[in-house]
Amino acid sequence: MSVTTKGPLPAEPYDVTVVGAGVVGSAIARELAGHHRLRVALVEASGDVGDGTSKANTAILHTGFDAVPGSLEARLVREGSRLLAAYAAESGIPVEPVGALLIAWDEEQLAALPGLLKKAERNGYDEARIIGADEVRAREPHLGEGALGALDVPGESIICPWTTTLAYATQAVREGVDLHLNCTVEKVGSSPPGGSECHELTTPRGVVRTRYLINAAGLHADALDRRVLGRGAFTVTPRRGQLIVFDKLARDLVSHILLPVPTALGKGVLVAPTVYGNVLLGPTAEELDDRRATGTTGEGLAGLRAKGRRILPALLDEEVTAVYAGLRAATEHDDYQIHGSPEERYITVGGIRSTGLTASMAIAEYVVGLLAEAAGPDLDLTVAGNLDPVSMPNLGEAFLRPYQRADLIATDSAYGSIVCHCERVTRGEIRDALISTVPPGSLDGLRRRTRARGGRCQGFYCGAAVRELFDGWGESGAAR
Amino acid sequence: MRRQRSVDVLVVGGGPAGLAAAARLAASGAGTVEVLEREARAGGVPHHCHHGGFGRWGVTGPQYAERLVEDALGAGAAVRTGVSATGWAGPLSLDTTGPHGLERITARALILATGARERPRTARLVPGSRPAGVFTTGELQQAVNIYRQEIGTRAVVVGAEPVSYAALSALRRAGVEVAALVTEEKRPQVGRCRAAAARLGVPSVPLVTGAVVAELMGRGRLSGVRLRRGDGRDGRECVLACDTVVFTGDFVPDHELARRGGVLLDAGTRGPAVDGSFRTASPGVFAVGSGVHAVVPARVAAGEGVRVARAVRGHLEGVGWPCGAVPVVVGAPLRWVAPNLLSPGAPGSRFVLRTAKALVCPVLVVSQDGRCLYRQRVLGKVLPNRGLYFSGSWVGKVDAGGGPVRVALG
Repeated sequence: MSVTTKGPLPAEPYDVTVVGAGVVGSAIARELAGHHRLRVALVEASGDVGDGTSKANTAILHTGFDAVPGSLEARLVREGSRLLAAYAAESGIPVEPVGALLIAWDEEQLAALPGLLKKAERNGYDEARIIGADEVRAREPHLGEGALGALDVPGESIICPWTTTLAYATQAVREGVDLHLNCTVEKVGSSPPGGSECHELTTPRGVVRTRYLINAAGLHADALDRRVLGRGAFTVTPRRGQLIVFDKLARDLVSHILLPVPTALGKGVLVAPTVYGNVLLGPTAEELDDRRATGTTGEGLAGLRAKGRRILPALLDEEVTAVYAGLRAATEHDDYQIHGSPEERYITVGGIRSTGLTASMAIAEYVVGLLAEAAGPDLDLTVAGNLDPVSMPNLGEAFLRPYQRADLIATDSAYGSIVCHCERVTRGEIRDALISTVPPGSLDGLRRRTRARGGRCQGFYCGAAVRELFDGWGESGAAR
Repeated sequence: MRRQRSVDVLVVGGGPAGLAAAARLAASGAGTVEVLEREARAGGVPHHCHHGGFGRWGVTGPQYAERLVEDALGAGAAVRTGVSATGWAGPLSLDTTGPHGLERITARALILATGARERPRTARLVPGSRPAGVFTTGELQQAVNIYRQEIGTRAVVVGAEPVSYAALSALRRAGVEVAALVTEEKRPQVGRCRAAAARLGVPSVPLVTGAVVAELMGRGRLSGVRLRRGDGRDGRECVLACDTVVFTGDFVPDHELARRGGVLLDAGTRGPAVDGSFRTASPGVFAVGSGVHAVVPARVAAGEGVRVARAVRGHLEGVGWPCGAVPVVVGAPLRWVAPNLLSPGAPGSRFVLRTAKALVCPVLVVSQDGRCLYRQRVLGKVLPNRGLYFSGSWVGKVDAGGGPVRVALG
């Protein structure tokens, strides 16, 4: 079991290497980890897992009711939703089954609801129903004026995206997968013919040799495709989504995920509670060329606030806790782009858009199936051993947090010592994260593992204290 | 298991206001007085301010904080550090978490002295990337003065009010070059000498007025801030290279506990609405200091602590809680007024105002239902982010059954 952040890479070839430790790549690595005889590597350009698209999404566990019927995405979202719900319950990933309402604000949107209901049924989801304006008002009393009706989708849930990726990566690493961070794949070649043929991935830290290669590089999946195959089946067009997170005192304003009704003019913005007890408003949808443009803009935020005011007027009076932007790996295709190239011993997992979190476990099963097909007897993927369950620290408000647990504090007073007051994160939780299987490489990584510094004060009270703990226990200080 | 206890007076927050109240109450025999301080040390913000000028003798912040703590302890109050009030269990009962476990503490009188915080970059909706190197003064002062952490090499300070100049001196202590102070206002909101000392000092720090931070730039670490001068989209823009930016001022009361407990808040201050005796609309609950109106200097907060003590004693002795208070409201360009409730029979106290716009020799008018209660020409300039104090001599004229009292400045 190892996580490396610097220094040379092992010379011995891996059987399978997954490029990209986002939610999809980590799920694939975890799925492969069950095959204990394989040597598996997970290679990531950033200094942390889940540091790209996976960290900045709308944190919803979808039912897949609105997918394109018959598509691969529809199938994998449906399967993945069930798999992830079960995995979350087993691993302590916070999930709240709050349900969603697709609110119709005008006649056109109202007229679209029956079609969406049919689509849900064709996707095998039959719990949705259309409700009238009165019921909408009764269920969401703080909603703005003018809601005409809604599609009620009770199966939609909110989830912690950070813990999900971290749970996959943790489990994979504990089962023997090597996680190599700070390893941007700059070049792909193959070892000279004659010997056992390997892909050679050149990274700033050296070369990774691997017999089979899985591309889960998210926003960079098309570029990696071209490096390996010399051609690509798709082009990634980053779609930026800016989001505003409102303070916890806004949480009582909304009970469900309030989804927009998709129309010809686009998908619109949603208002959703988060498992941390905040309220999310967003996202924008901006097609960009720059794959690193994760900044927010004045126009984007102003536009979101204008839309939010219509949906939930009182929300705009609350303090803003955070603003962020994520890039979704959209392509010119309507469906996931998952292709195996048996000749090249290579699988592309691209075009995984906003549903990737929900579908991640089903994508992983599907990809390992493709790998088994492509490799045949060359890779022994027939027998999967059991994975030791992981138990992740709880970041969710719907479950007891350490500061609320007298039993835990009695065994270790560090759980009674709150360091980050806004989010009520204790010294014990911060320490645990810093010495965990996949420790954070930065304060942002620590925030995603504990919520420390993620609250309304953004470090006004606790920033320096949290940094002190990080410097003392982090990479350099763990041995002290 | 939650341990249950009772005290006579429970103070939430061990800053100047809370400690001064506890000291006065314990000394006057108000029974058991306990202060809950969530930080490891009591004393509040002065602990992080290593400059002088605190209290009557102008001592440093930490010295002032120590004196407050000693006074409270010496008077017989209990000061419990590292203990957080996490929620309410009844009108005068709080749940707490500390290293020794969970407790439920019920009091006969509760004083909220929770202080204020600066609004961070996110709450100000400053667009751009999310790099490291973005601070508030609160975080900066703790990083420099308590933890001696590395800050950066070149900084921009956003704001030109007293706290902004405090940030400037913290940056200098940390060896950080300060590229500029940037304010949306037309002039700094500190005394002439202080502003000139920064501008003309060695090294000198330019003050950029009439400018807002339009974007934070940089990946991983801040590389610069984009400034926009002038109004709207036509404004001129420039980029200041820096690896550190400090957002100063723009204080808001830390009102979460009050709000979770259903304590009525004032729309202007966003802190609990209080009358001249610091009584909130919830019987038995008092509120003082920057948690009521952000932000006041330490000595003003401590003064409020002293004054609340008398009202708390009255409450403990059975003086009835006022009902049917008349609200005091403000109109633009005023941000807020405090106190903002007028209870029948409450002492005529001093009021403090905060304006959003600089005004020269404005006229202050207090009225109720169109009837003028008080009128005064204010001499000199009234500046944003600075308090304007005025007398409560007119309180006796208020009709207890009338509409809200309006304070206007124009």
